[in-house]
Order: sequence, then structure tokens, then C-alpha cells
Amino acid sequence: MLFEDNQIQEIKKRIAQNKLRDYLFWILGLFSTLIGFVVFFTLMIDLFIDGFTRLGWPFLISYPSRFPEKAGILSAWVGTTLVMIVTTATAVPFGIASGIYLEEYGKKNWLTQMIEINMNNLAGVPSIIYGLLALGLFVYFLKLGESILTGGLTLGLLILPMVVTSTRESIKSIPNSIREASYALGATKWQTIKDHVLPYSMGGILTGVIIGLSRAIGETAPIITVGALTFIAFLPSPPITITFPFISFKWLFDPFTVMPIQMFNWISRPQKEFHLNAAAAGIILLLMTLIMNGIAIYLRYKLRKKIKW
Amino acid sequence: MSTPVSEKLKAEVKKLNFYYNKIQALKQVNLTIAENRITALIGPSGCGKTTFLRCFNRMHDLYPNNRYEGEIILYPDQLNIIDSKVDPIEVRMRISMVFQKPNPFPKSIYENVAYGLKVRGEKRKSILDEKVERALMQSALWDEVKDRLNEHSFNLSGGQQQRLCIARALATDPEILLFDEPTSALDPTATSKIEELIIQLKKEVTIIIVTHNMQQAARVSDYTAFMFLGEIIEFDKTEKIFTKPSKKLTEDYITGRFG
Repeated sequence: MLFEDNQIQEIKKRIAQNKLRDYLFWILGLFSTLIGFVVFFTLMIDLFIDGFTRLGWPFLISYPSRFPEKAGILSAWVGTTLVMIVTTATAVPFGIASGIYLEEYGKKNWLTQMIEINMNNLAGVPSIIYGLLALGLFVYFLKLGESILTGGLTLGLLILPMVVTSTRESIKSIPNSIREASYALGATKWQTIKDHVLPYSMGGILTGVIIGLSRAIGETAPIITVGALTFIAFLPSPPITITFPFISFKWLFDPFTVMPIQMFNWISRPQKEFHLNAAAAGIILLLMTLIMNGIAIYLRYKLRKKIKW
Repeated sequence: MSTPVSEKLKAEVKKLNFYYNKIQALKQVNLTIAENRITALIGPSGCGKTTFLRCFNRMHDLYPNNRYEGEIILYPDQLNIIDSKVDPIEVRMRISMVFQKPNPFPKSIYENVAYGLKVRGEKRKSILDEKVERALMQSALWDEVKDRLNEHSFNLSGGQQQRLCIARALATDPEILLFDEPTSALDPTATSKIEELIIQLKKEVTIIIVTHNMQQAARVSDYTAFMFLGEIIEFDKTEKIFTKPSKKLTEDYITGRFG
């Protein structure tokens, strides 16, 4: 078929227009990416310049003080670590278990539908609401006190929907042919889950756990709501004792503070020196998050290396 | 229904009906399965041959709203394997399956073959080693993998993966081995290897194979059942089906006039 001259002109014009749009989008995309990048780096650099002078061993092993140069974050980072342990120990097993139940066991009926809708909504509930719920449930009703246990459970509740959702998503991505292969060999449902479904979806589950824990470590509002202290100059009871049975869980019921609260406390004071402390604590908090994510990413890499569909 | 099988029976299907929810997929199916013989199920897509095959190891029990009627009697103990009182896991322990697409577990070659035995509680290393080796020998894969049993199964080629799946199914000494279009995802060379293997295997196990490749049915099987719209139209010795079919529909199908 022969094109007439004006048709070719028409096509060229159209191509030029499309290319212009292409180019415009490229600019827009780059610009948007840069915004995130630049803001993040400005934040990091600002934080480092402010906090760098206060970083050091004494800062890590000192309790808060009313003298800014003597103040440290010992109780805060220990508190954060312990709270995160409780959070991980509750949210991860419960989240994975409910994800497995919903995906592999739960029949598709109105009840599981309701749970599913609820789960999706829970992920969007503001964290302060979790704080109020936890205050009522853990502190007043279950009388767990304004303790590490309460704080950990609260954050556990907060990230539970993320763990459940990521568990379900990664379980869903396992081809059904793998399950059938297992069942055809005479495996029970539990054998199939334990030997195949869970190991093969662990990478995806860990991603959800990473996102959840990263969010939990920075949460302040729900922790304040359940009554974490803002000034605390002692550590929780040690988990290991010299007398039988050598392991103690008394620390679970001790009062605590966490890094974001310590930072908030310092930043709200008028003295400039305390602001430097807050920045230094921010660096440590970022570092803690980074270490936590690093471990999870490493595990995910190890697990995923073997599996490709 | 009279049967062309005059040999020792391994299984007998009597008036089998099968329903996906309310849709009837199999209608009054009768069939006899001869011991240590290969029985092929052929027919156009959607005729119910795979559905029928998956009744033998109760795969349909994995999904809701499926229903069986009738009997599939397994000899010698005359167990009705589709009886709801019979545990599907027990059935699957006795009847293995090889699927259409190779579906090895994302684990090592060794772990793939040993899995069926581990499910049965076998933990002794010496017995596992021995049975894994025997199964890989039977599936003609041993020479290719004996030096790399701990390698990942996904490193094998498609044909090797399918033979691995056969080894996995054989390791547990099944009484019947079900093949669901085992070569449809493979190239011609791998296909002929698998076909040879299937013929070899009938010395040790009764085989039922679903195939939409008529030449394959003609090459490997002793008996062939032609299915159409959920019914068995004709069942006879393979050579009879392919040379002198008694039904017009069978003839039309095997001569390629439809399907």
C-alpha cells in the first residue's frame, strides 16, 4: 500500500508528539525520584552534622541526665531492643500462623471474607488507636502494667496485619503443582505446609517482617499511650540470673522507655545541647533499623537463592 | 460391560460418576485395569480423561465440592478407593502420580526422591540411600546424576526433571503409577526416553497413562480406553483400537477427523 505524502507527514507529527510525551515523563520521573533522594540525604547529613559530636561510647552506656553532656541513651536502646524482641516474638509466629490458616486451611466463606476485610483495614488504622486499644486491653484489663511486655505486644499488634498479608501473598505465589506433588506422595496438609509451603515462602514472609519491624521500631505514639516513661535511669531486670533457674522473665514487667521517646523528650527541651543528643540518638536508631533490616535481607537472600519458579 | 482383559486385574472401575460441584464430568465409567500392564486413556481435550485419572489417587479431595459415586476397587484387597470412609492419604500412599508439567520440589535431587519415604517416616540413612539409588536407576536417571545428588533439582533439564518426578513417584514402591500427559511439556528426544522408561516400568508396576498423543498410546500401551464427553466410548486391546475400532466415534478420533 502506498502512503500519500500528507499521510506520512501526519505519521511523523504523531511520532514527534509521542516522543515529546515520552521525554516529559522521563523528566517528571527523574525529578520525583530526586526529591526523595535529596530530602533523604539532606536529612541524613543534617542528622550527622548535629549528632556526630555526641556519638561515642559514653553516650551509649550512660543514663539520661539533666546535664546534656552527661546524658546517654542506655535505657532507651536497651528498652527498644527488648520491646522489639517481644514484638518479633509475638507478631511473627502469630502473623505467619494466621496467614497460613487463612490461605491453606480457611474455607472461602463469609467468615474468612470478614477476617480478610478486617485485616486489610487494620493495616490502615492510625497507630495511636492501637495505643488506646492496648491501654484498655493490656494495661487495664489484663493488668500487664506499663511494661516492656505491654509495649512489645502493642507494637506486635500494630504490625500483625503486615506480617499476615505478606505471608498470604507469598504463600499464594507458590504454584499449586508443588502442593499437588506433595499430596500425591501421601503427605498430609501439615507435612505439605511444613516441608514445602513454609520454606518456599519464607523469603516473602521475611520481607513483610522487615517492613513491619522497621515501622515498629520508630513508633512513638502508641508507646507513650501505654505509659512508657520519658525519663528512666535504671535498666530492666537481667534476663539471666546466677541462681536457679538461671533465666528470668521479670524484665517483661519492668517499666521502660524507647529511642523515639528519648529523642522526643530531648528535642522538646529548650537547651540546644539536648537537640544534639536527639540527633545522635537518631543516628543510633537509624543504625539499629539498618542492622535489623540487614539481618532480614541476608536471611531472605540465603533463602531465595535456592528457589526460582 | 464385558471386558477385553482376561489377565489378572489390579483395579476395577464400576459405574463411576464424578461431579465438579453440580457439573457431571464422568458418566457411568466402567474399566478394568490389568496388573503389570499399561492402560492408556485417550480422547479430545475436556473429555474427562485427566479427571478420571485423578480419581485413582483421590486428588479431587483437595478441592471443595467434588463428589464421587460408584466404585474403584483395588485388588488384591478389594478396597474401594473412592469410598469416603477410605482415607485419601492411604490411597496416595499406594498409588503414585506423575504430572503433566515436571514439578520437582525446589530442593536437591536426593531430597526430591527421598521425600515420599520421609513422609512415611523413614529416617534410616542407609535405607533412604538405597531406595533413592534404586528409584533413580529405575527412572534411568542414575548415571546422569549419581555424582551430583545434592545439586538443586532445577539445574536439570526438562526431561531429566520429569524422570526425577518419576523416580520420586517410584521410590515408595507404588502399586499403580498414574501418568497425566507426562510428555506434553517435553521435546521429542526427552519424550522417547520417557516412553521407553514407561514400557520398562510395567514389569514392576501397573500403569495408567493419560495422553492426547495417539501415537504415544499406540506405542506404549497394552490397553486403550477412548473417552468422549465424560464417557468411555470404547475400551479394548490397544492394537484392536488402532486397527479395528468397533465404534464409529473411535475411528473418527484416531484417524484425526476430530479432536
